[in-house]
Amino acid sequence: MRILKWLRTIAAGGILSLSLVPYALAQGVVGKPQPWEMGMQRSFSPIKDRIIELHDLVLAIITVITLFVAALLVWVMVRYNSKRNPTPSQTSHNTVLEIAWTVVPVLILVIIAIPSFRLIYYQDRTPNPDMTIKVTGHQWYWTYSYPDQGNFDVDSHYIDDADLKPGQLRLLAVDSPMVIPVGKKVRILTTSTDVIHSFFVPSFGVQRYAIPGRTIETWLEADKIGTFYGECNQICGQNHSRMPIEIHAVSERDFKAWAAQEKKAAASASVAQPAKLAAR
Amino acid sequence: MDATSEAHAHDHGHDHKPGFVTRWLFSTNHKDIGTLYLCFAVIGGLVGGILSEIMRAQLQFPNNHIVSNGQEWNTIITTHGLLMIFFSVMPALIGGFGNWFIPLMIGAPDMAFPRLNNISFWLLPPAFVLICIGLLMGESGSGWTLYPPLSSSIYEPGMGMDCTLFALHLAGISSLLGAMNFIVTIFNMRAPGMTLHKMPLFVWSELVTAFLLLLAVPVLAGAITMLICDRNFGTAFFDPQGGGDPVLFQHLFWFFGHPEVYIMILPGFGIISHVISTFSKKPIFGYLGMVYAMVAIGVVGFVVWAHHMFISGIDVNTRAYFMAATLVIAVPTGVKVFSWIATMWGGSVELKTPLLWAIGFLFVFTIGGVTGVVCANAGIDQVIHNTYYVVAHFHYVLSLGAVFSIFAGFYYWIGKMSGHQYPEYWGKVHFWLTFIGVNLTFFPQHFLGLSGMPRRYPDYPNAFAGWNFVSSLGAYIGGIAFLVFLYVVYRTFTSKEHVADNYWGEGATTLEWMQTSPPAFHTYMELPRVS
Repeated sequence: MRILKWLRTIAAGGILSLSLVPYALAQGVVGKPQPWEMGMQRSFSPIKDRIIELHDLVLAIITVITLFVAALLVWVMVRYNSKRNPTPSQTSHNTVLEIAWTVVPVLILVIIAIPSFRLIYYQDRTPNPDMTIKVTGHQWYWTYSYPDQGNFDVDSHYIDDADLKPGQLRLLAVDSPMVIPVGKKVRILTTSTDVIHSFFVPSFGVQRYAIPGRTIETWLEADKIGTFYGECNQICGQNHSRMPIEIHAVSERDFKAWAAQEKKAAASASVAQPAKLAAR
Repeated sequence: MDATSEAHAHDHGHDHKPGFVTRWLFSTNHKDIGTLYLCFAVIGGLVGGILSEIMRAQLQFPNNHIVSNGQEWNTIITTHGLLMIFFSVMPALIGGFGNWFIPLMIGAPDMAFPRLNNISFWLLPPAFVLICIGLLMGESGSGWTLYPPLSSSIYEPGMGMDCTLFALHLAGISSLLGAMNFIVTIFNMRAPGMTLHKMPLFVWSELVTAFLLLLAVPVLAGAITMLICDRNFGTAFFDPQGGGDPVLFQHLFWFFGHPEVYIMILPGFGIISHVISTFSKKPIFGYLGMVYAMVAIGVVGFVVWAHHMFISGIDVNTRAYFMAATLVIAVPTGVKVFSWIATMWGGSVELKTPLLWAIGFLFVFTIGGVTGVVCANAGIDQVIHNTYYVVAHFHYVLSLGAVFSIFAGFYYWIGKMSGHQYPEYWGKVHFWLTFIGVNLTFFPQHFLGLSGMPRRYPDYPNAFAGWNFVSSLGAYIGGIAFLVFLYVVYRTFTSKEHVADNYWGEGATTLEWMQTSPPAFHTYMELPRVS
């Protein structure tokens, strides 16, 4: 029965996901994987724009190469079939040809390499970030720390299937998302307290391992207000598939309000903590 | 081929074959050891294949519960990877075909160190048992890459993980001993007149492979020894709390791991060259180019390892270098693909089963190769690292490429090895079922990867359901194809027909075709002369 249910889900995947309205912060775009998607997730950041641009170029080149090789294979199978060509030639050298198929691939690689170098230096880090978020991986949740917004932490856990609210995406939605201001360059520092995790947000084109004992820097920027999903992308034990990433990009004003509220909550929690301990 | 050994071959009673136990357990004969390796590879492939069917069944629908929990899942994927690499592809291509055909092709009576050959096979069954213990205890859930801290004693405390690590030690020693044996044999035991530049391409491919093993495996051995010490003896090589570094392990592992993928594919290159040349009835195009392309792939293969670590936080300049070095590998690989096509060009192409596998190999290897160029781009890799795109890429080159070359070799040589020919019709059925099955399995995984589906997930967001379903269907077809293969083996060994010495005719020119099918227990009592 479950099989039938999932078959229906697969078939109706597209319609289903459009018909439900995301419940929280319903405004803005949604960066998430689509059913039957064949290419990259839509871009919502300048980094991903450039990745898609380069990938389009490389994809075009490799498609042409693959079709070319496939066509040659079909051609030799048909044209030089033993029925059609009973006496084989004995050619085993052709210097011009051999030089050509060494030099031409080199040229193609140079065409690919030039924009690639430009891209990796662009992606690496941003010289003047507007703010910093420290991303800490744990088995199996994320902590987002805002050192320059009042130094508070947000723990972000996945939502169990039984607790999903309508519109929340299974294995993508979290209880408290990371919140960032739209259009700002955000420096990301990743680290971990236990095993290696990977902070991966496809629609921003960002990914870095979170490694214990190290801090790795990268950056991201959302160019639209909305909700963007990612996942842990390095095997980290039992619940590797259950530590998704949800990022809300909001306006500068909403972000300030949210940060102030979180800061206050963090302060009252730390005051309340001794009382809680005493009660226990 | 002289008259006396021919008489031996036809008269099995006088072929001096020892009794069963002596022959198969204490074997020092390269052909018997080759056969043992091939049988072992089938068993390893069968167990690894059953694990992949379980994995695809689990992933067929989201929220499936065929595998009960994440730890069990992680153990299955770890064991699948290690089994397929160390206990299926390597035994088949190196121990199996290498042992069988290196001596036959270079005109040597046996390998240089027959007893070493025996121990290098017999280290594998205990390694296999150890790795199965790791699987059954459910305690080796680190992924085949074994990255600490996940593989350290805090996060994977069980003994199963140690069993898996020791299994790799044994398999590594086995490969090392085999590699030494191959190198010494090839350098010292070629028939008079066979210079290195006249050596068959398969022997060249095994020679380059042996050098890669010799240089790469000790690094793995060092890395897992340090890991075993971290786990059991209180060292902290990879533990940041003791001043160690998890990324150090990644460097060591991939310094071995990247040459390892060429170790798995190079012997396949050799086989494909022979099959294509034989069935086009033409000498191989650009022999020297083919040889030095393999040497170049081997050399460059040692200086590209950190392309597996583009998002491990290595410096951007380091990434730029490893990206450039990796792209370079496309050039010698391209030379090989085009030379194979040029070999068929103008030939008299006969589409027998071995050639179908070889052409299938060219197609899937090209796809796997060009997606390698995408993965090599550090910039693009930032969104496809560890996704199903990478899974699709390496299965196209290994699970399809290397395995297609194994089957090409099987159909090409089974008549020589067993004396019985395979059923052509069922061979073709096997090919087409496999070809359709594996492409249906792995091509949609490119889409999943681009769309952002991480690997090593037992469960996934519902958006990925569609292509996962298709992929699982493909895996079932591939599984049926393997059963067809077992039927082909059964039919071959029960057939009453005996094949001639050179049953492929004029296109097959290497020395093994001068021997009877199957060759006498001891060949080259008198050395052949190569002009």
